[in-house]
Amino acid sequence: MAYKRQIDRLPIIPADATRQNVTCHYCIVGCGYNAYSWPINKQGGTAAADNVFGVDLAEQQYADSDAWYSPSMYNIVKQNGRDVHLVIKPDQECVVNSGLGSVRGARMAEMSYSRARSTQQQRLTDPLVWRYGQMQPTSWDDALDLVARVTARVVADKGEDALFVSAFDHGGAGGGYENTWGTGKLYFGAMKVKNIRIHNRPAYNSEVHGTRDMGVGELNNCYEDAELADTIMVVGANPLETQTNYFLNHWVPNLRGTSLDKKDEQLGGEPHDRGRIIIVDPRRTVTVAACEAEAGAENVLHLQINSGTDLALFNAIFTEIAERGWVDHEFIDASTATELGTGDGTDPARPAVLTNFASARDGNRMTVEEAAEITGISADEIRKAASWIAEPKEGGARRRTMFAYEKGLIWGNDNYRTNGALVNIALATGNVGRPGGGVVRLGGHQEGYVRPADGHVGRPAAYVDRLLIEGQGGVHHIWGCDHYKTTLNAAEFKRVYKQRTDKVKDAMNAVPYGDREAMVDAIVTAIDDGGLFAVDVDIVPTKIGEACHVVLPAATSGEMNLTSMNGERRMRLTERYMDPPGQAMPDCLIAARIANNMQRVFGEIGKSEIAGNFNGFDWRTEEDAFMDGYNANANGGEFVTYERLREMGNNGFQEPATAYENGRIVGTQRLYADGKFGTEDGKARFMLAEWRGLQAPGKQEQKDRFPFLINNGRANLVWQSAYLDVENDLVMDRWPFPFIEMHPDDMSKVGVKEGDLVEVFNEAGSTQAMVYPTPSARPGETFMLFGYPTGVQGNVVNAGTNELHIPNYKQTWGDIRKISDAPASVAHLSFKSKEYRAG
Amino acid sequence: MSGCERLIDAGRRQFLRGSAFAAAGAAASATLPGNAVAQTASPAMARVVYPSNRLANVADLTVNEPLDVAYPDDTATGVLLKLGTKVEGGAGPDEDIVGFSTVCPHKGYPLVYSADDRTLNCPGHYSRFDCEAGGQQIWGQATQNLPQYALRVDEKGDIYAEGVDELIYGRLSNVL
Repeated sequence: MAYKRQIDRLPIIPADATRQNVTCHYCIVGCGYNAYSWPINKQGGTAAADNVFGVDLAEQQYADSDAWYSPSMYNIVKQNGRDVHLVIKPDQECVVNSGLGSVRGARMAEMSYSRARSTQQQRLTDPLVWRYGQMQPTSWDDALDLVARVTARVVADKGEDALFVSAFDHGGAGGGYENTWGTGKLYFGAMKVKNIRIHNRPAYNSEVHGTRDMGVGELNNCYEDAELADTIMVVGANPLETQTNYFLNHWVPNLRGTSLDKKDEQLGGEPHDRGRIIIVDPRRTVTVAACEAEAGAENVLHLQINSGTDLALFNAIFTEIAERGWVDHEFIDASTATELGTGDGTDPARPAVLTNFASARDGNRMTVEEAAEITGISADEIRKAASWIAEPKEGGARRRTMFAYEKGLIWGNDNYRTNGALVNIALATGNVGRPGGGVVRLGGHQEGYVRPADGHVGRPAAYVDRLLIEGQGGVHHIWGCDHYKTTLNAAEFKRVYKQRTDKVKDAMNAVPYGDREAMVDAIVTAIDDGGLFAVDVDIVPTKIGEACHVVLPAATSGEMNLTSMNGERRMRLTERYMDPPGQAMPDCLIAARIANNMQRVFGEIGKSEIAGNFNGFDWRTEEDAFMDGYNANANGGEFVTYERLREMGNNGFQEPATAYENGRIVGTQRLYADGKFGTEDGKARFMLAEWRGLQAPGKQEQKDRFPFLINNGRANLVWQSAYLDVENDLVMDRWPFPFIEMHPDDMSKVGVKEGDLVEVFNEAGSTQAMVYPTPSARPGETFMLFGYPTGVQGNVVNAGTNELHIPNYKQTWGDIRKISDAPASVAHLSFKSKEYRAG
Repeated sequence: MSGCERLIDAGRRQFLRGSAFAAAGAAASATLPGNAVAQTASPAMARVVYPSNRLANVADLTVNEPLDVAYPDDTATGVLLKLGTKVEGGAGPDEDIVGFSTVCPHKGYPLVYSADDRTLNCPGHYSRFDCEAGGQQIWGQATQNLPQYALRVDEKGDIYAEGVDELIYGRLSNVL
């Protein structure tokens, strides 16, 4: 049987409950929620006067009611050491989600640490150190002293390049402006660490260097643009599953035609119709099905592309639009460069030439027929896409087209050029900075980046995972990352990482723990012998944490005040609504305490000059870090304080802030509305982006050798690497193993049934998955859940990246063989189609 | 989509129709003086007390044709289904009769039965629930699987609902 909670009644929120602002800490959409809390020995009542909603709860509530919450929105947590009731429910007044809760965000309360209700008991409560052959709890002072002594010694002996860092750089849980500033100030301010990588990729680089180099920041529109667009073109993204309430609350109204009034009101003088959508994806996703149900199949163009050939498609569309004369000359003349670009595109730091329109048009020329051959999409469909994007509307008004992309492009073939080729189309058609336009990534996490300058990292940035595999680095600090689940070439990474960290563990085992001097000597000797000392800062035990020698417990969003911005740059403050577990602290304060200890230790070993670099970490609260970081350094940060953000509530403001007037922070609805772009001369650049096949090393060979595309990505129910979901019964009941969607013909070939466990393997490694029959899949093309703890897809992703070390997870090919019949945990599962069909 | 709006409206009418019943119940208890309640009411139970309501007779059911019902009261719409094959938790002589709430546990939209694959589907946000797998959400936005009835079939073939295994949308107590 499916998992059931057997909960038939919930405590009612009393009228005088405390209400706080919460932005969901999972995906980039950042839905608004409210946390309601009240003393454990109190409860509201059904009478209107006795509950916070002011309605009679003895009556059945209607659809879309504000006066209901599910069991997953309830918990008992600690506030200032005392148990309180907690309800976290979607905020109907928030313009992002209008009261919608996703299957992830609406579980925030249930995913909180509760001793009373035994939820998230996996959370780290104490610093842990390797002692007597296992991880043991210790005090902050003890753990920080060990970290600082080993780190300072290695830095002093070998230089800062021997300190390797893996760190989140985003908003939401495990991030936020406070915490990216905290880690940033430590590694880029007090030190100049070069061998650093980000949580989901093996280098310190942008996922979207292409668009940024062209002068177009990747989050340049507002969510309302999806309601105003004539056409939405979405590439390599599945927004119903991964940006759920952005899709439901802003895309669907346009596809249904219910945003027509808004179009008429805001965009007079031109004809309007319900939106059309072009979806570029090798897979038929639930997004495609929902779009067809809402807009009608005639308004949905699913370009079911051969994996990795997007660049050819974009160049053909660009060519077609230019040849038809559908470009926006006025915009091109006013806002894009006139001079030719320089270089030849062979510099790995600049893998394509940035240039003017005419040069890009000529250099990227590709006929529709050529592209049809490469992409597997018919010439007619490519022409139709060009027409939907750019053919003027009746009366001659320009079509408003919004371009959205995410990991299918970002983790796809030839990232830099493919990104540029898509932005070329947006620029050529004048669809940046205008209502109903934008060329945007959809995003994963929220954002929350403010750090000291990172120029010393260089470009291309160091391929950190490779350097670790090659034996470089002596100390590794890890912040909210789990390479073991989410990196590429993961099998090889884990093999080497375990060897190197085991070497240090063995050395530590040989010394009494209390003899700090001998302990540090033993660790350093092991490092000199190829070992690696690893420190993991996280909220939960991770897979890579099992290899580490020190684990430091962090607080997450809601256990600290935390600021982030969403996919339309909307900045909000999540207020602290509960205590962190045990001794856990915000990451920014952990960074500060590491800095304090490093300063002390450098002083003790006579390196007072270096010790001086660690000044300025006297923060006592996360607000101190916010003021030191965002307020003092972000563009417009001087207008933003916690107090002002609290007043701005769950709607916040859109960055950058430009003023504080009449008690409100004034924000920016769209970037580049003035036609000035993010280049020195304010002119956007086009990109010369010729098609060059599967670009990353080893991909074409893999494709030629193995029968199945192992496409991969996310599932609605699961957030990120399932770091919290792994302790959620609803999720683990549904997905005890990562699914792999397979066409029934492929299942027959391999000889497997629904629910069977299979091994996915290639020359890079092997992993496991559970077969999910998918008749809508194309034969030979599978899709596996990414980053899941019970079957790591990254094991079979080879080490190949683009010039800038952007991984290429999506273009993976392998073979599949049966491991076993469906295990007991799978026997009760539904294997029916995930697709909704109207009528 | 006009179709969707009609469904929501239908759902609202459905809820409204029964609201008089609930209001009457609340009014009756409100007439008792507060301290009298404390003295005379039976001790509060840890779980709500579910009524045992006859929903239908086995003879009323045809395989794979949903029968509209309501439980635990008229404002809580639901469905009885004879699946034709034995399922875990199925009632009746063939252990194939199941009953579910048809109010989507995500946002309260009325679910629509698809006989093709024996699922309940939400036109609001596309959630799908498998009637052959205990109401498991196949895919969707709800943070719980579909509330299913505890059914009992007596010797006459009368089908009684006697409990629900998840919280029903729109009520903070399954029995109002």
